[in-house]
Amino acid sequence: MTDTAALPADWRDILALTKPRVMSLVVFTGLCGLLAVPQLPPFALGFTAILCIALGAGACGALNQWYEVDVDAKMRRTAKRPLPAGRMDRQSALHFGVGLGVFSVVLMGLATNWLAAGLLAVSILFYVIIYTMWLKPRTVQNIVIGGAAGAFPPLIGWVAATGHITLLPVLLFALIFLWTPPHFWALSLFVRSDYAAAGIPMLPVVAGVRNTRRQIFIYSLPMAAAAVLPWPLGLTGAIYGVAASALSAAFVLLAVPVLTNRATEPRGMAPEKRLFGFSVLYLFALFGALVADRWIVW
Amino acid sequence: MISDEEIRRRQRDRARIMGWLLGAFVILLFFITLAKTGINW
Repeated sequence: MTDTAALPADWRDILALTKPRVMSLVVFTGLCGLLAVPQLPPFALGFTAILCIALGAGACGALNQWYEVDVDAKMRRTAKRPLPAGRMDRQSALHFGVGLGVFSVVLMGLATNWLAAGLLAVSILFYVIIYTMWLKPRTVQNIVIGGAAGAFPPLIGWVAATGHITLLPVLLFALIFLWTPPHFWALSLFVRSDYAAAGIPMLPVVAGVRNTRRQIFIYSLPMAAAAVLPWPLGLTGAIYGVAASALSAAFVLLAVPVLTNRATEPRGMAPEKRLFGFSVLYLFALFGALVADRWIVW
Repeated sequence: MISDEEIRRRQRDRARIMGWLLGAFVILLFFITLAKTGINW
């Protein structure tokens, strides 16, 4: 018989360390960025680029959980993760995260180009050092600036396929950057007590629910503009333009009941929960429309 | 306390998965090489 501390981590716990659900959205937006290019790369290179984006996201998840083990232990939503639950030791998570991150960047550079690899490295370092270690525990602006880390995948996908940066992937970057605050603030409204218990200065904890609701609505307006902008600029066609207009209008309309809601307890926050759920669908649908617009010929 | 059998089982599981991943990586490198050298087949 052996002490539990000596038990090797189960592969399911190693997989959980990569935050597969977050990874799915990252992979999807990266894939859409790659599929929106004028000329597709060979399949093996495109596949490798998406694999590297997924591995980079996995590295971010692992390093985030390595750094936040004490915070995760205090929140109901995260207390069952492998590290706070004691199913895995911190050093293994650190080695896994660093190894996966370095591997993803080197493979990206060798398979596609070093500009894409550099952007992938910047996004991983930005997420881990700037967002997780620096901004998140210190400032109410954590999700605003930190949102840049999650905005990189479509840009990386595009650059991996083309080797250069143009206006469309920059606008896609801006879209996700502006989408992140209302998305996370809607969530943070109905899990506010968790963030407060963990001492994380999310907007509802520091500035109150009313101010957060106002900010959600304000941010949804430039986000909607950034989503629609590629159409009038001639960077996309009508399929994307109509979809972006309709989806963004729905987003803003769903942000109105959030703005006018006066509830302070989670059970009265149906508009916030609805907006949070729709915000995930919004991004999937918008990027799906981008690819459809590129490949469907009228 | 955890039995030695459980430790062996987890080690076997991880070794098997690592084997599959390394095999997949070799195949991936093969196709990357074909794509980078422009060989069609």
